[in-house]
Amino acid sequence: MIRRILFAAVAVGLVACAAYAAFYVAPEERTMGAIQRIFYLHASSGWAGETTFFFCFVANLLYIWRRKPQYDWLGVTCAEVGVAFITVVLLTGPIWAKPVWGIWWTWDARLTSTFVLWILYICYLLLRTLLDEPERRALLSALFGVFAFIDVPIVFGAIRWWRTQHPAPVIMGGEGSGLDPAMRKVFFFNVLAMHILALFFIAERYLLEKSKHDAELLRREAEAR
Amino acid sequence: MALLSNAAVLLGKEVRTEFRSRELLSTTMVFVLIVVVVFSFTFDPTSTESRRFGPGLLWMAFLFAASLMLQPCFLREQVNDTLGALRLAVEDPFAVFLAKIAANTVFLLFTELVMLPVFAALFNVSFGSQLPGVLLTFLLGSLGISIVGTALAAISAQARMRELLLPLLLLPLLTPILVVSTEVTIRLMQPEPYLEWKGIGLMAAFDAVFLTVLWLFGEYLLEE
Repeated sequence: MIRRILFAAVAVGLVACAAYAAFYVAPEERTMGAIQRIFYLHASSGWAGETTFFFCFVANLLYIWRRKPQYDWLGVTCAEVGVAFITVVLLTGPIWAKPVWGIWWTWDARLTSTFVLWILYICYLLLRTLLDEPERRALLSALFGVFAFIDVPIVFGAIRWWRTQHPAPVIMGGEGSGLDPAMRKVFFFNVLAMHILALFFIAERYLLEKSKHDAELLRREAEAR
Repeated sequence: MALLSNAAVLLGKEVRTEFRSRELLSTTMVFVLIVVVVFSFTFDPTSTESRRFGPGLLWMAFLFAASLMLQPCFLREQVNDTLGALRLAVEDPFAVFLAKIAANTVFLLFTELVMLPVFAALFNVSFGSQLPGVLLTFLLGSLGISIVGTALAAISAQARMRELLLPLLLLPLLTPILVVSTEVTIRLMQPEPYLEWKGIGLMAAFDAVFLTVLWLFGEYLLEE
């Protein structure tokens, strides 16, 4: 119990410090002004969400291979946490885009593929609610999860083939891109904070899934008597 | 080789079953026709506009039709309790998928080819000079829809609300096919038409990737 409280305190504390750094430590962007500060939340949530979906994919593969219910719990946990983080990305993006681009939304490669990613994992969660038998549910949703994860890069490629409006990658974007060193530090601190927060959510949600499973076992045992 | 000969036998069975009743094909064709007509009410299809919106509309009609058409391919086996027998009959369970993918591709392609002249007449566009390109696009597009659709039909057949679930799972996964096939078809319908090989390559890559995934994981979809 004490470990869980400590973890919560660290995660929340880090996020609070990251938000402070984003608002007060990072220098103001020259052309966009204050609105650019949403980037620290937007991009770091995106990175954390994508890492979480990658964990989900790995958990799905491990379930198909090993068939241990633990991997299924991890799969659903990561899908839910990932959807939450990507929801933040999809909400903060338009808030930034409206003053900067003049529009809330555009159908370019990164926006569309993130949107499709989000919808696919919502479908993954929906599919789980429609499969009653636990082992069937675990296996079939894991298989769908594998399909979904593989699809996203292809969606990105397919739409990129036209044109793209999202700012070119600032991190690892090659020549002429990059952040101011002070901004860079704040950004990576935000990325770290968001990953710790995601890990905390995953740990808590996993325990909840485990309790659900235990409760189900107890219920069956009681019914059998 | 056993895989291919098994799949060929099963494909014969699928095609025979369909051509005895012809239910699936006739229903899907009428459905595509209705979608095309309904779409024409939502905007005024003059010739330039139909060149721009027509291909998207056509592929959307095919996609909706496919999401209905793919439904019975595993449901039928489940209702008649023949899936277990099918699995026992073949060495590699992938043969079951190969046969069903081939059958669905054939049915879908057949529907598309019948609907194409109707569409061209209704929307006043011509494909005449670009027929090989159109055929290639339709073949790769239908193959992609069938590969992913057959796999998902095997999943949705085992769930509740299966009729609603299949389009729900299928449509977002098929985004790349819809995007690319629409773009390629638009270019084929321009006043100076040409075949966009990059798009053809992307569709072929999509088909190859998902066929490989299905080959790797297909047997788990058929587990009892």
